[in-house]
Amino acid sequence: MPEQRWRTGPETGRYLRPYAITGGRTRHSQHAFALITLVVARTAHLADAGHLEPEAAHILHLCRDRALAVAEIAALLDLPVSVVKVLCGDLLDASLILVQSPPGREDQPSVELIERVMDGIRQL
Amino acid sequence: MNSEPVMPTALKILIAGGFGVGKTTMVGSVSEVPPLETEERMTEASLGVDDLAGVEGKASTTVAMDFGRITIAPELVLYLFGTPGQDRFWFMWDDLAMGALGAVVLADTRRLQASFASIDFFEERGIPFAVGINCFHGRRDCTPEQVSAAMDLDPATPVVLCDVRDRASSKHVLLSVLEAARARASARLASAGGGH
Repeated sequence: MPEQRWRTGPETGRYLRPYAITGGRTRHSQHAFALITLVVARTAHLADAGHLEPEAAHILHLCRDRALAVAEIAALLDLPVSVVKVLCGDLLDASLILVQSPPGREDQPSVELIERVMDGIRQL
Repeated sequence: MNSEPVMPTALKILIAGGFGVGKTTMVGSVSEVPPLETEERMTEASLGVDDLAGVEGKASTTVAMDFGRITIAPELVLYLFGTPGQDRFWFMWDDLAMGALGAVVLADTRRLQASFASIDFFEERGIPFAVGINCFHGRRDCTPEQVSAAMDLDPATPVVLCDVRDRASSKHVLLSVLEAARARASARLASAGGGH
């Protein structure tokens, strides 16, 4: 396992254990998630979810009625962000979630979008 | 299909600065949920494969992030991410920059140098930012102009005195960042339109 090259000292177990959930994977082979990629469970497909690992089932439960960012899921499950990204990749492969990526760096925000956010903050 | 929920778009504003300067306090003063905490670790997923050779055997880097959320509209969510001000979070830069409208650099006049790394970071990458001088200790012993000069900032970079425990004050800092971002977007529009 590649992680073992990185590990020293008493935190080893704490570090390795989360990746046991992903079968040792630290990244998903096909899908790239960002901290603020939004995830929503596809409720119509939840009947297919019976075989899931507890952590993956927990993600579906959290995202059943609302969109949550990958970082929010990681915080609520107390797992590293990279582990949640792998789990979400598997859920996406299984068509159990919908995802929305944030705009990329080349996709510069428009004046209109920035002003919408400004209006929202003024109303807080 | 009616059963599929509408997917909102997520954006973010980064809140950077030295240790203990008030990043988490600022997130908490405007977030609609109590600040959440998560961490990202440097793994080979964070690096190019070619970069791995020199890193073998070294201790891992973990970056803890506090963040909060503001629902602007059902289809638009803004996240506020408190990030460490040091260069040790370079490895997750691409992810931090995704969807970032701009950044706040929080500073304390007693330790301005603690903010220099963050300022360099955003200047080098062309990210619009504003400097918030957190006066939580009650002393407003400098002017924004003095801070701007001391930090050798571009005159267009907003500098605001603030108390991030106060929601109105934190809102003012966020609006300053967004004004800088809007100016950047307007300039881009003008230069694109004037190209012929």
